[in-house]
Amino acid sequence: MLEVQDLAVSYRGIRALRGVSLNVAAGETVALIGPNGAGKSSLLNAISGLVAKAGGRVAFDGADITRASPWSVAARGLLQVPEGRQVFPGMSVQENLLLGTTALGARPATWGLDEVFAIFPILRERRAQLAGSLSGGQQQMLAIGRALMGGPRLLLLDEPSLGLAPLIVRQVFRALAGLKATGLTILLVEQNARQALAVSDRALVLEQGRIVRQGASADLAHDPAIIASYLGQDEAHAGGG
Amino acid sequence: MIAQQLLNGIVVGGVYALFALGFNLVFGIQRILNLAHGAVFMAGAFTAWYTVVNGGPLWLGFLLAMALSGCLSVLIELVCFRRLRRTGDEEFGAIISSIGASLVIMTIAQRISGTRIVRFPFDTFPIQIYQVAGLRISLLQLFMAAAAFALVVVMAWFVYRTPWGRRIRAVTENARAAMLTGVNPNAVYRQTYFMAGALAGAAGVLVGLAFNSIHYMMGEPYLLFGFVIIILGGLGSIPGALLAALLFGMMQTLTIAFLPTGLTNAVIFLGLFLILLLRPHGLLGREEAGQLRGRR
Repeated sequence: MLEVQDLAVSYRGIRALRGVSLNVAAGETVALIGPNGAGKSSLLNAISGLVAKAGGRVAFDGADITRASPWSVAARGLLQVPEGRQVFPGMSVQENLLLGTTALGARPATWGLDEVFAIFPILRERRAQLAGSLSGGQQQMLAIGRALMGGPRLLLLDEPSLGLAPLIVRQVFRALAGLKATGLTILLVEQNARQALAVSDRALVLEQGRIVRQGASADLAHDPAIIASYLGQDEAHAGGG
Repeated sequence: MIAQQLLNGIVVGGVYALFALGFNLVFGIQRILNLAHGAVFMAGAFTAWYTVVNGGPLWLGFLLAMALSGCLSVLIELVCFRRLRRTGDEEFGAIISSIGASLVIMTIAQRISGTRIVRFPFDTFPIQIYQVAGLRISLLQLFMAAAAFALVVVMAWFVYRTPWGRRIRAVTENARAAMLTGVNPNAVYRQTYFMAGALAGAAGVLVGLAFNSIHYMMGEPYLLFGFVIIILGGLGSIPGALLAALLFGMMQTLTIAFLPTGLTNAVIFLGLFLILLLRPHGLLGREEAGQLRGRR
């Protein structure tokens, strides 16, 4: 469904991605783990068209979207939930969700307000409240809900656990597992490797702009090198984000 | 007497609101001070005058003025700001390029009008004065207040109650996140500039009718008033701009009526100074609104 070939991204001459290739098949949940500064967010932003690509090719459903604008990528149903939620703080919860339908264009909706409220009941209670007054976890749920309103065919999630309390992290990941169960295709970027490996089918490890490992999530979760680098300090990750 | 001046102030303030709201919308969405906004206002006044002296009805002149000023405003965004924005250093660059646009538009108007002050024909608007509870109000004043009120209501409805307005507010708050939800910011900028220009054009016609004096420099004092109003109200705040425009209009008519002419501006700006001393971010402003590119 998503094909990324040899993707390169530079910021003022500094290479953030050095030839990354990956595929995501329909119905799959793929996790991308790696340390801070590995280029995980750059990869998602390059796919979404937010940052210019220095080389490589991105195709979605067979169509070349390498040079597409962020809004036309979104209109194809390739929707990103950005790092740090980035909800619209001065708009109500409901307005944030309705804004999400912009990406639909002429495509039929797959999740409406009621479906999103069913996944995240707290959003229904807070629907008239300003998004800026929500807690971090509620804002994350709102950001996911906003993307669902745009009829995603592939959902890109950038660090959904960032800065959230462990209890809330589990809640968010339970919701993601529920979305996966509906058949939604997901590409998940996460520093919280334990949760990411638990929810995904497949995982890739990105270090210094390159993919250094990949395999089935269940295998990687038992790999000694991965455990040493990413799973050992899990408590520290969960606390500090 | 005071009540009469307050009434006059509300009418004038309504016109200021039309002018300042567009100025403020553009500032809010792009952090750009469009210093050609006064020239757009002036172009609206000239359009209505040109329509009327060529035998067209005033309502047609009014609509044409709004349409032309709106298009002119969109053109300014395209020519002066869009490429600058790609450099990522537009806040100061835009001030210079909009001064340039303003000079170009004013020079064209100066050439066309031959540097003359032009006037609407005597019977363009029926002169009729009503006495209500001891207050005098002319039909023109009623029309000005009604037109300003109606346009502000339509604008507020558009911004706060329609999907297009929702997109404008989303791009104002966070353009990057808005793009990820499928919003094309360029389309939103076009709508915003059109709306801002159309409101300025309407204000230009109302001012042209009220003072019956249309000339190529008429927008410049309004640019200064617009500045004062959006700073007083709080940068980027729509309700703030409305409140500040009415307050400013009333302050102005009161000082003109009761103080020596030379003191008018001194008193108004002293008042502004005192208000900003107490509320540095404006009457309804938020702390972060004045920071340049703080949210990107």
